[in-house]
Amino acid sequence: MSLISVTGVRHVRGAASSLRRDPVVAAASGVLAVLVLLALLAPVIAPYPPGRIDLYAIDQLPSSAHLFGTDSLGRDIFSRTLYGARLSLLGPALVTLAASALGGATALVAAWYGGRLEQALLRALDILMAFPGLLYAVLAVVAFGTGLLAPAIALSIAYAPYIARVVHAVAASERRLPYIESLQLLGFPPSRTIGVHLLRNLRTTIVAQTTINFGYALLDLAALSFIGLGVQPPTAEWGLMVGDSSSALLNGSPQESIAAGGAIVLTVVAVNLLGERLAARAGRSSRS
Amino acid sequence: MVATAPHFLTAPRFRGGRKAAQLAGRWVGFPLLTLFIASVVLFVAVAMQPGDPVTQILGSRATKAAYRVEQHKLGLDRPLIVQYWHWIHGAVHGSFGDSLVYKQSVSSLIWPRLTVTLGLVAYAGVLIVLFGVGLGVAGGVRRRFGPVVAVLSGIGVAVPGFLAAQVLIAVFAVRLGWFPVLGSGSGIADRINHLTLPSVALAIASVAYVAQISRTAVADAAGRPHAETARGRGLPGHLVTRRHVLRNASIPIATVSGLAVASLFAGAVVVEQAFGLGGVGSLLVQSVADKDSNTVLAVGLILVAVFIVTTTLLDLLRYLLDPRMRKGARR
Repeated sequence: MSLISVTGVRHVRGAASSLRRDPVVAAASGVLAVLVLLALLAPVIAPYPPGRIDLYAIDQLPSSAHLFGTDSLGRDIFSRTLYGARLSLLGPALVTLAASALGGATALVAAWYGGRLEQALLRALDILMAFPGLLYAVLAVVAFGTGLLAPAIALSIAYAPYIARVVHAVAASERRLPYIESLQLLGFPPSRTIGVHLLRNLRTTIVAQTTINFGYALLDLAALSFIGLGVQPPTAEWGLMVGDSSSALLNGSPQESIAAGGAIVLTVVAVNLLGERLAARAGRSSRS
Repeated sequence: MVATAPHFLTAPRFRGGRKAAQLAGRWVGFPLLTLFIASVVLFVAVAMQPGDPVTQILGSRATKAAYRVEQHKLGLDRPLIVQYWHWIHGAVHGSFGDSLVYKQSVSSLIWPRLTVTLGLVAYAGVLIVLFGVGLGVAGGVRRRFGPVVAVLSGIGVAVPGFLAAQVLIAVFAVRLGWFPVLGSGSGIADRINHLTLPSVALAIASVAYVAQISRTAVADAAGRPHAETARGRGLPGHLVTRRHVLRNASIPIATVSGLAVASLFAGAVVVEQAFGLGGVGSLLVQSVADKDSNTVLAVGLILVAVFIVTTTLLDLLRYLLDPRMRKGARR
């Protein structure tokens, strides 16, 4: 058994080591690592509590007291951006992990059993894919109210088909390779064959698509809180901060828009670059 | 429904009969099924909505008798499936009941707003085709532009519509005063003027995305063996590009541009809100916040229907464009 799966593993290891040498991948993962670290350490780093209002210091430009300035309620924008990173990164992380689990499992079942079940599952995925994710999230808000959880669950379902399609395509061709048959002949139960061997060879594909979904999830969740149907004020969250900053921006205080908007764009660019490289790698290793 | 397909589709004498039935399923049956499922999900979501429309109308101090009368008037005392049937029957005939908040028929709320949203989406669609495809093809054909287009589009796809909206308002409407800040304008020229900034905000991410895909599609097609051969045989570069590269690249480009245009309907919800445009998107957000169930149902169904119709037409178009698909290479 170890002999059989060795080739698959080596593919992935080879891919991983050449990815590590790629400067774009290094820069993107570096940026993301710093962002995650800042989010985790927000209580330690942030100079002010994110909700502390100071009406004597509203709409201030960046200074030594307020690194990114203050917003229209005198709250410290630097602190809010740090705390905002927590929800703004946690939300998409929940969405993409759930979507990958759901979509990946569906795809594996479809590819493994084939036949009518496969056709039915693929059709169901087509139907799910027929609408943009944001509409699902709005519907979830109708049924369960505003917040993070309901839209996150809705987006997980909406994003599942995107990962399922990709995983299914690779899994279906992988399924026909001799190593799967050998494992079956050796008497391994499907759960083990799928869970250990097939999944290991699909790893790069799944990671790549999950990364790509992350950027979209971040944008959708931020848009939702911007239109007032997501996380509610006074929570610190990037989409909400952009929404809050409208009037300050018109009065010549762009600091909150720049901080929150910049954080969104920076994160999504980094995630997309990483996802693109991973996807290219996954495509190459599954083709060779 | 499928079993009673019209005679001309099932008659064995017609050689393409089986194929035609398949195609009818793809462009009529499947979209209708999707729309039906969507309508059920939509209805259930609205029915699950916390809060009670009767209390919303009468207030919490209404007598039990008055409550029952109003409940009966709204049809809420009937089983859910009967309510669904009543709603979808009305919807098919263009009647969505009255808005609980505005006290007028939902249709009269929707139609004027729909023209704003369709105008916005159409305008943004034009921008996507002009600039997205234009930049992408330029970047793919002219190697020197390639990296520039790649970097710009890489940043562009990460700019959310609401952020673009905010920056455009601050710069072009307030600081420079070139465009109006709010509203959707009246008359065609005024409408275009009012919709320019919103369309740009709506289109930016999609323009960037389409440019990305077009660039790789063109570069990919240019590197294929048949293009190399044509060049090797001494065919002038512009002819190779026009006849052998762009024609091949046009199929993925058309697909992606189409999907980008269709998904503008979701983006419009956000951008309309940012610009205070009275379109169906902002009506949806407002009615969700107000728990105005009839309006939520109607706008939700119309958005979904428009989306399904657009994607179906695109699929049809792609089928007509690409002879390989007619040979049944796919599906």
